[in-house]
Amino acid sequence: MSNCDWQQQVYDVIISSGIRLVGYVPDAGHTALINNAKNDGEVCDVVMTTEEEGIPLCAGAWLGGMRSILLMQSSGVGNCVNMLSLQQIGRFPMVILVTMRGEYAEFNPWQIPMGSTTQQVLELCGFKVERVEQEAEVAETVQAAIDFAYNSDVGVAVLISQKLIGRKEWVK
Amino acid sequence: MGEVMLRRRQVVSELLKDRGDAIVVTGLGSPTYDVAAVSPSQRNYYLWGAMGGAVMTGLGIALAQTDTHVIVVTGDGEALMGMGALATVATQKPANLTILILDNEHYGETGMQKSHVGMGVDLCGVALACGIQNACTIRTEDELKALCKTFHDTGEPKYVQVKIDLESPPRVMPTRDAVENKITFRAALGVT
Repeated sequence: MSNCDWQQQVYDVIISSGIRLVGYVPDAGHTALINNAKNDGEVCDVVMTTEEEGIPLCAGAWLGGMRSILLMQSSGVGNCVNMLSLQQIGRFPMVILVTMRGEYAEFNPWQIPMGSTTQQVLELCGFKVERVEQEAEVAETVQAAIDFAYNSDVGVAVLISQKLIGRKEWVK
Repeated sequence: MGEVMLRRRQVVSELLKDRGDAIVVTGLGSPTYDVAAVSPSQRNYYLWGAMGGAVMTGLGIALAQTDTHVIVVTGDGEALMGMGALATVATQKPANLTILILDNEHYGETGMQKSHVGMGVDLCGVALACGIQNACTIRTEDELKALCKTFHDTGEPKYVQVKIDLESPPRVMPTRDAVENKITFRAALGVT
């Protein structure tokens, strides 16, 4: 299965679950998802200057009756910390797909500090966290995260391991 | 300048008195108390935290409720913390979003320290430079009166920065229960 295959499956899950807003900061690991959202006239694709913007964006969308999802890299989770209090205090349903950095075959050591604490940061901020290592599990896990968030008014993050995404090509 | 400064409650009252079914999101601190005092409504969502998040909360609602005017009422300090949101709003071009900045050039909630705006940063210029073309700064009664006539017009995102007096009127505190506010707000909009 190529990167595009699991990302297409995830996109299909997102759409069939009624999500109509995708917030993101550009990220190589989410490329196919982002392109799908941009090319889909039924979906609001919102490119943000920082991942932090995504938390009130999703809270606002839900206040207005719209389901949403956030795409970010593990480093972006750190940018969200105080804003995550909005999810917790308002019990907003929220789903974040996080592509992991700072682990398997990482080239850039600067990714390690935040990548090493991403899951704990999310859990400390009240999010439920699922980590996926196998391509075949991604779509089902994202479906479960969406169902969990929107049925139980919780924040759920799915961490997609760096091994699953594949090695980043550093020397071009 | 010699001009009498505009007063925050009067500004909010005049701009929201004909709000109709408009939705209002308030930034933490005095804007929350101002809107609670002069324009209470189940169609208000009051932030008591999440500093820097008011504009993005408004954008999320505006994208979901495209037929309704969504007004973000916040302070210059709160807006500075989420300045990137002005760039994001500019790229989204929500026709139904208005950002109202109550600009006293200070952080009222923390003891009236000067904000960057009070030190010369032109936040309205930032909004314009981001691409929010309908952006203005209001300083006088006459300008406020003129603004009232077009404030609820939609068609493009608007940014309005109103220079106000440093006063802190008596606090009028709406619910601090964000879940209760969410439930009543969504019920008022009729969304499920």
